Amino acid sequence: MAELLQVSNLSVTFPGSSGRVTVVDDISFTMQAGEVLSLVGESGCGKSLTALAIMRLVPKPGRIETASRIRLEGQELMDLAVPDMRRVRGEQIAMIFQEPMSALNPVQAVGPQVVEALRLHERITSREARARVEELFERVGIPDPRKRFESYPHQLSGGLKQRVMIAMAVSMRPRLLIADEPTTALDVTVQAQIIELLRELQSTLGTSVLLITHDLGVVNELADRVLMMYAGRTIEAGLREQILSRPRHPYTHGLLRSIPARAARGQRLAEISGVVPSPEHWPSGCRFAPRCSERLEVCTKQVPESLELDATHSVCCHAVAASLAEGAP
Amino acid sequence: MVWLSNGAVVVVLALASLAGIAVRRNPLWHDAMRRLARRRPITLMALSVFGLIALLDSVCWVGGETGPGSGDAVAAYEARSLLDRWFEPESFRERSYSAPFAAEEFYGAAPLEHPGEHWLGTDVLGRDVFFLTLKGFRVALLIGGFTSLIVIPIALAFGIAAGYFGGRVDDAVFFLISTLASIPSLLLLIALIMVLGRGTTQVCIALGITSWVSLARLVRAETFRLRELDYVEAARALGVSEFQIILRHILPNLAHLVVITFVLLFSSMVLAETILAYLGVGVDGSWGQMIDRAKDEFSRDPVVWWNLSAASAALFALLLSVNLLGDALRDVLDPRTLREL
Repeated sequence: MAELLQVSNLSVTFPGSSGRVTVVDDISFTMQAGEVLSLVGESGCGKSLTALAIMRLVPKPGRIETASRIRLEGQELMDLAVPDMRRVRGEQIAMIFQEPMSALNPVQAVGPQVVEALRLHERITSREARARVEELFERVGIPDPRKRFESYPHQLSGGLKQRVMIAMAVSMRPRLLIADEPTTALDVTVQAQIIELLRELQSTLGTSVLLITHDLGVVNELADRVLMMYAGRTIEAGLREQILSRPRHPYTHGLLRSIPARAARGQRLAEISGVVPSPEHWPSGCRFAPRCSERLEVCTKQVPESLELDATHSVCCHAVAASLAEGAP
Repeated sequence: MVWLSNGAVVVVLALASLAGIAVRRNPLWHDAMRRLARRRPITLMALSVFGLIALLDSVCWVGGETGPGSGDAVAAYEARSLLDRWFEPESFRERSYSAPFAAEEFYGAAPLEHPGEHWLGTDVLGRDVFFLTLKGFRVALLIGGFTSLIVIPIALAFGIAAGYFGGRVDDAVFFLISTLASIPSLLLLIALIMVLGRGTTQVCIALGITSWVSLARLVRAETFRLRELDYVEAARALGVSEFQIILRHILPNLAHLVVITFVLLFSSMVLAETILAYLGVGVDGSWGQMIDRAKDEFSRDPVVWWNLSAASAALFALLLSVNLLGDALRDVLDPRTLREL
């Protein structure tokens, strides 16, 4: 498989009370063409910001640090001029947002909104555009697309709105689709339908999907590979089966143990005590250390290096490193 | 001035029909207007009558017969509106000021030349008060409408620029707003009229310059909120340029605000002109001027109250209808209530 996206040393900072606060800290990963990579972590761990940074849409006063490199199909996005970057957005990278309720303009019918997106990158007549959009609506499973073309967002259900958003995002057949918690705001039954739609679109269009979620169920349904994030850093990366069935990092472990469906009946659900600290109060050393059950002395002092367990699985944890060192000799 | 007045009528009618077509095409606005009509039928009717009076007073041409008893040669060469032709103000020639309610001895027993013709009496120059009051509608609508037309573009430009781009632009605009807001507006108004000279246009421009601040603040705050919304972010993620985002996503979502503010501005402008007229720098023929003139007669005995009452009542009727309309518009156009449909 060809390499589609290569992110290296991505850092995003925001001004804080004492100097700039690093919210996304030196993240590197690659994505293959046609692959679904899932970015998993709790709220506030920087996963949405990572996605926005890839599109260079970090909200002000945030800033992508200059050492960051984002290559899409060999093209360095960080060096692009603003109008060129604008062309990349929508055409090569598209995004689906978490809240379909607020991601559509309330005073414009949904059809024209998708037409607008289409005509932005392609010179076609409005009649052609309308035909294309109705076709797209049909494709993303919107019933009666001709009628729905004229509907306003408030006349559509959440699931339909999300389908419109997806239609808009895939209208230009982007190489990379970023889905930021695409199912979080939806009912469970609708969630399943949307996941099914995303999977179908992904396989027929050959689009790569960067799936941002905290829902491990969605990961299990869609992802090929998983990147675990905690407090602005990646802590574990691997294939879906590796992460979901043989997690090494204590945080991943904890997350998996706290899924209700996996817990034994009548037993208290496992939890990870504490919350993700805010970026200004991130501890030195391993940032998960204060909440970690397998904490060693070194954890609070030194940032753990990335450890390659095999060709596809890597983890950043002193405890794992120590247990490997014990077992090795 | 004939072509200007008639041209304005054509422009207003054309804009009104265009707006009507636009509203009819857009289901959201169509629905809002329907609900408005259901909620405030009497207000809308009253406003249409006021508008009609103003239009009747705007359509004018030179020539035609002047009224009986008009020895004034100039009158024949002046453009006269439909309203003028109907009332024939040239014929208002009472020997002293008159009133239907006044006692005979009030005039030194002199007989009235046109007894019973002046429904609301006459003013000190013998002009029919009812006629003057009707003529005031055109002036009031002109002041309110024209000033709002000046205010809205200025306020939108500054408000959107400040709210959308933030940072230095915001600082600059806010400095301007704070400076303007800290000058007593009445003093600034009078100073501006002194500089620009007296006249309808000048007064409207002066009023516009002093009153865009509040709308600009409102637009800035709303733009600030809209800018952070997901659909603006989504548009950016699709590669829409900043200018297009403002045009398609920010402006349409500000439309309700503009319409509501237009209506509220309208009434405050008419009121502001009344105060200016009282200070002697108002627009000719306005109700403010009528009230200003009537105050001199107020100390007479028996008291001459019909001048003041007629102008005040007309002012009150117009402002009440406009405010009722504004209130209903706010309910009908608020996007929060729209979304709940």
